[in-house]
Order: sequence, then structure tokens, then C-alpha cells
Amino acid sequence: MAVDYATLKKGGFMRQKQKNHFSLRLSVVGGQVSASQLAAITKVAEKYGRGYIHLTSRQGIEIPFIRLEDIDEVKEALAEGGASPGVCGPRVRTITACQGSAVCPNGCIETEELAQELNRRYFGKELPHKFKFGITGCQNNCLKAEENDLGIKGGVRVSWLQEKCISCGICAKVCREKAIRIEDGNIEIDRGKCNYCGRCAFSCPTDAYETAPGYLLSFGGLFGNKISKGVTVLPFVEDQDTLFRICDAALEFFKENAVPGERFKFTIDRVGREKLDETLWSAFEGN
Amino acid sequence: MVDAAYTPTEKVDITDVVCPVTFVKTKVALEELEDGQILQVHLNDGEPVQNVPRSVKDEGHQVLKLKDNEDGTYELYIRKVGD
Repeated sequence: MAVDYATLKKGGFMRQKQKNHFSLRLSVVGGQVSASQLAAITKVAEKYGRGYIHLTSRQGIEIPFIRLEDIDEVKEALAEGGASPGVCGPRVRTITACQGSAVCPNGCIETEELAQELNRRYFGKELPHKFKFGITGCQNNCLKAEENDLGIKGGVRVSWLQEKCISCGICAKVCREKAIRIEDGNIEIDRGKCNYCGRCAFSCPTDAYETAPGYLLSFGGLFGNKISKGVTVLPFVEDQDTLFRICDAALEFFKENAVPGERFKFTIDRVGREKLDETLWSAFEGN
Repeated sequence: MVDAAYTPTEKVDITDVVCPVTFVKTKVALEELEDGQILQVHLNDGEPVQNVPRSVKDEGHQVLKLKDNEDGTYELYIRKVGD
């Protein structure tokens, strides 16, 4: 029987140079792997692979040297530990994420649950070409949001609470965008300059800033044969319903307009950025 | 507006060191104090004033005041919280 490599690839089995061997890509969401998954992965790597794993550039795990005849047993062994194969090919890929506000002192948004939710909504969705989501919790951009077809960067909208302020001036000192001006004990925030990094609020000794988390989105990034930085077109997105509406619209736009084998960036270039912007703005405004 | 004259128990000068020793020196000085006592830190503009107050806050101490000496240095007043 002929081997259906396309189906195997779709199911995360990456064909190796070595005949009948596959590097098995696992499903990892937001870079989080549980100890029980690791135990199952260890077992599989030792029994069916060559006793090691490979960490991919997008927070994935691959187990190299899995033999074709072992594929079903491997899937079963992984499932016992709650691990499963990932995907490759023209579809929504691994959702990557940093640890976000749950763990990181700089994190502006919760990232783990968001990665899980995006995964539930979109993982494996069939598209004209690969499509990558990446979530980074703040302006430090550890997760490199703009490399992705759709990058999500966390931020906070700050509001000054006059009654708590001791006019120490630390917020103006730490602001890298020079968006804060203090005059006669009053703080003025230049909203055009503010990049939502939250440093003012995090540094404030008396918590005289209220923070509301939200998202800065970039579209059309890629970092392979061609390199392009995703572009931000929308204002700060302050709720998840709007975020998902925009994600839906972007994926739909890609599905409708891309020719097979064309990355999002080139679809945007070919069809016209203004057409995408119109779609995104409409989703942003709730239509 | 909170404003009061804070009388420090100890003073430390961190203008002669750079990050991360600025914070280490501050932390060591705080360790010598009792809960509620006040430390006065003499620090430079730029990186120290951007990072030391936040690190002190993250450690759970209370930043009381930052005084600009208008010569490129500041006085930071910290109340120690905890033992």
C-alpha cells in the first residue's frame, strides 16, 4: 500500500531523510507542557525513537526517528499521558505564547488561557497556506509577535488616580515614550505617544494608576524565505470578544483571498492593504 | 497628596555603583533595618531612578517619596515592610 505522506504530515508526522522514519511533531499550546505529558513523551522517545527530542523554533516538541510501523502504538502511548500529535502544512499552526501576567512581572495580559482559547477556535483550521498566531504579554516582545501572520501583543491602558498620587515623578522617569508630563501635581498622559507598556503603573509606589489590559495586533508577519514585519492597523483592543471577531475576520479574509501556497503577507500585498484594513476595521467596530 | 518629613534610620549612597549592584546595595541596607524603619537612598538619574524604585516595590517595601536634588541625583525614601 502506498504511504499517504500528505495525511501523515497533516497529522504531525514529518518525513525524515531516513527512509520510513518520521520526526513526530507534538501539539503544544502556548509553550506549556505538563510533567505527565513529558513523562509520556520520554517513554515514546526511548522506546520508539532514539532517546531524545528536538525543540522547534516555535515552542514545539518533535520526537525524531519514529518508524512508520509504530505510528499507531506511538499515538496510543502519547494519549495515555495526555499528549497528542500536532499539525503541519496549510493550516493554523501551533499557537505560541510567553508566560504572561500569571508569572512574569512585566506581563500585561493573561496568555495561557488565551492561547488555549485560540487553539480551541482555530488550531488545524484548513487554509490556503500556513498561518501562525503568536502571543506576547508586553512590549518587551519576548515572543516576537510581529513575526507571526497574526501577532497579539499585550498592553494596559492606564488611568491616573489623583487621590493616590504622591507626585514622586517616577512614572515620568520610567516612561520610554515620554508620554507623561507632570505639572503642578497634575499628570497628563499623551495618548498618542503611550504604547501601553504599563511601566508607569508597575513602577508607581502608591498604585496611583488603574490598568485595563488589552491587545495590540499585527498582521502579515513572516520570517522564513522572505522576511516581513507584521503591521499594526487597529487601535488598542480592550476586550476578547472584539479580539476574536478580528481574528475570525482576518482568517476569513485569508481564506477567501489567498491563492493556494500564498502567505498572508503576499495576499495582503496582492489584494491591497486597504481592503484588509476595511475588513479589520469593520470587525473592530463590531460589524 | 501625601507629604510628610521622613526621618531616615539609615542612609545609603548608590551613585558609585551600576545595575544590578544599585539594587543589591539597597537591598542589603534594607535587610539591616527593622520593620517600619526608613532608608534614604542617594541615587543617580537615568537607569537607577527608573529601576530601583520598582524593584523595591516588587520586594514589598513602601516607597514614600522621591526628592529631585536637581543636580542629576535623587533621594529615595523607603519604609521597610517585613523582617
